[in-house]
Amino acid sequence: MNQANLTKIRTNLHRRQLINSLFALLGMMIIAIALIILLGLTIKMAIQGYPRITPEFFTSFPSRRASSAGILSAWVGTSLVMLVTALAAIPLGVASGIYLEEYAKKNWIADLIEINVTNLAGVPSIIYGLLALGLFVYQLRLGESILAAGLTLALLILPVVIVTTRESLRAIPNNLREAAYALGASKWQTIWDHILPYSFGSILTGIIIGLSRAIGETAPIITIGALTFIAFLPKPPLSGEFPFISFEWLQAPFTVMPIQMFNWVSRPQAAFEINAAAAGTVLICMTLGINAIAIYLRYQLRKGIKW
Amino acid sequence: MIIGYAMAQTIIKSTNKQQYKPKLDRQIREKIIELVLFLAASSSVATTIAILYILIKESFLFFQQIPILDFLTGTKWTPLFVNPEYGILPLLSGTLTSSIVALTVAIPLGTIAAIYLSEFASKQVREIVKPALELLAAIPTVVYGYFALLYVTPWLQSFLPKLPGFNLLSAGLVMGLMIMPFISSISEDAMSAVPVGLREGSYAMGATKLQTALKVVFPAAISGISSSYILGTSRAVGETMIVAIAAGLRPNLTWNPLEQAATITAYIVQVSLGDLPHGTIAYETIFAAGLTLVLMTLLLNIIGYFLAKKYREIY
Repeated sequence: MNQANLTKIRTNLHRRQLINSLFALLGMMIIAIALIILLGLTIKMAIQGYPRITPEFFTSFPSRRASSAGILSAWVGTSLVMLVTALAAIPLGVASGIYLEEYAKKNWIADLIEINVTNLAGVPSIIYGLLALGLFVYQLRLGESILAAGLTLALLILPVVIVTTRESLRAIPNNLREAAYALGASKWQTIWDHILPYSFGSILTGIIIGLSRAIGETAPIITIGALTFIAFLPKPPLSGEFPFISFEWLQAPFTVMPIQMFNWVSRPQAAFEINAAAAGTVLICMTLGINAIAIYLRYQLRKGIKW
Repeated sequence: MIIGYAMAQTIIKSTNKQQYKPKLDRQIREKIIELVLFLAASSSVATTIAILYILIKESFLFFQQIPILDFLTGTKWTPLFVNPEYGILPLLSGTLTSSIVALTVAIPLGTIAAIYLSEFASKQVREIVKPALELLAAIPTVVYGYFALLYVTPWLQSFLPKLPGFNLLSAGLVMGLMIMPFISSISEDAMSAVPVGLREGSYAMGATKLQTALKVVFPAAISGISSSYILGTSRAVGETMIVAIAAGLRPNLTWNPLEQAATITAYIVQVSLGDLPHGTIAYETIFAAGLTLVLMTLLLNIIGYFLAKKYREIY
């Protein structure tokens, strides 16, 4: 190999390595810019909304006067809807996950359910709203209530819960199941006493991520006809008189945080923009806080167990 | 061993406590549990059936009054006016234009970010950046809509002075920013799953990291990457709040992102906000629009399925 050839190869190599480094820089910049833009927008919103985030903001009802409007009915509504969502989605999703991962035989029914779950995850959220409007509100006559909204969001996050449950169960090594069977445990005993406790943490992470998605969902709840202006609270579930527990709140009309914010954004007056910014800041803190818990849990779990 | 021993202990303890139960009893219990779990799993199929049933039933009532041909070819969508017209084309053009803007942002940026994360970034960087990007996906879409309307549109107006306050461009740009993490996260997973042996082979031939990434890893992961694009597209088509807030609610047959227009999803929101009486034709329009949307996303899913199948590499 003569000297000319070597120089040629070196220049070629340098050129390729330069392009390589430029690309790495580009990749880094794109990620940084995306994160910085969103961080910047969020901070701008937080600064704009900050003056409105006072204790009164959380304890007053919405009002026609922007300066005295608050998010009391919105955050109470969000909490109650989330309660219904969790109560419906967790048992249904975890049970489906267990069936698909531990019981389902390789046949067309299992395939059908499997394909179906994947497809449902891709259905736009507003379609769930139409389903809820047709089914829950008009066919089952649940009305435009907390119950209908909670069930809608539960259906919406069901695929997330199912998929994470399956992944968590799959991560449990088979020797554990075999050990249990060898000692005479039945299938359900194996799952309930051993498999579920070990996978509890990662299933919980999936549930939390699903719920944080549900908190931010607006479209399906608007579709079922959630009101945008609510100046009262649903009846409390616990009361001092007999029978102590009341389920009337399930039928109550309601509003949730994203709808309250949407209502304020779509008003022309600038004073409501500040309210929207404040509500948005609270909403972001809620979802990011919940996600942070999930990420922390996932991190801790990955560190803890080594099979 | 230790686990097995502990299990044996618990099982012995519990059998000592309980009375002897015949085997049949236990088998029945197991069967019941399996049945209950099966019913839970079929609830997802029931959901799909319910969605199709509701959409088709209400759309059927709609199409009894409006011919399908008029619906598909009409160029005016004014169901709430005195002289209503029911042509879906303006809503479709709005939906597609905003999606195209979003994807022109999300696909290149998402792909480059994914290549960077999977091939160039160190493990520590990945551990921090990936969850950070996933957090972006967790921001509620109504907040993204707020950004688009109140921050991005005024910023765009500073160099496009003719831009109206509601427009498809800023909605699309912000939507692209929202979709980018989905694309980069799924593509990154697909590229990380490519066996290291393929990369080592490429490095051994003297390729740089970039050449390896583009000519070996990317083609090997193309099925996962293309399904991330499809998922991104169906997110864009179905995205509601950003377009409802920032793109305006006036149906407008246009392919120009600098104008305002309504999308299918924005129309559904607009109608739901007013109090529409159940059973009127205006009420049925949202189901016909919803059915169109579902068919579009279904088509995308099917394309995605076949793309993934066609390009699946077997290592």
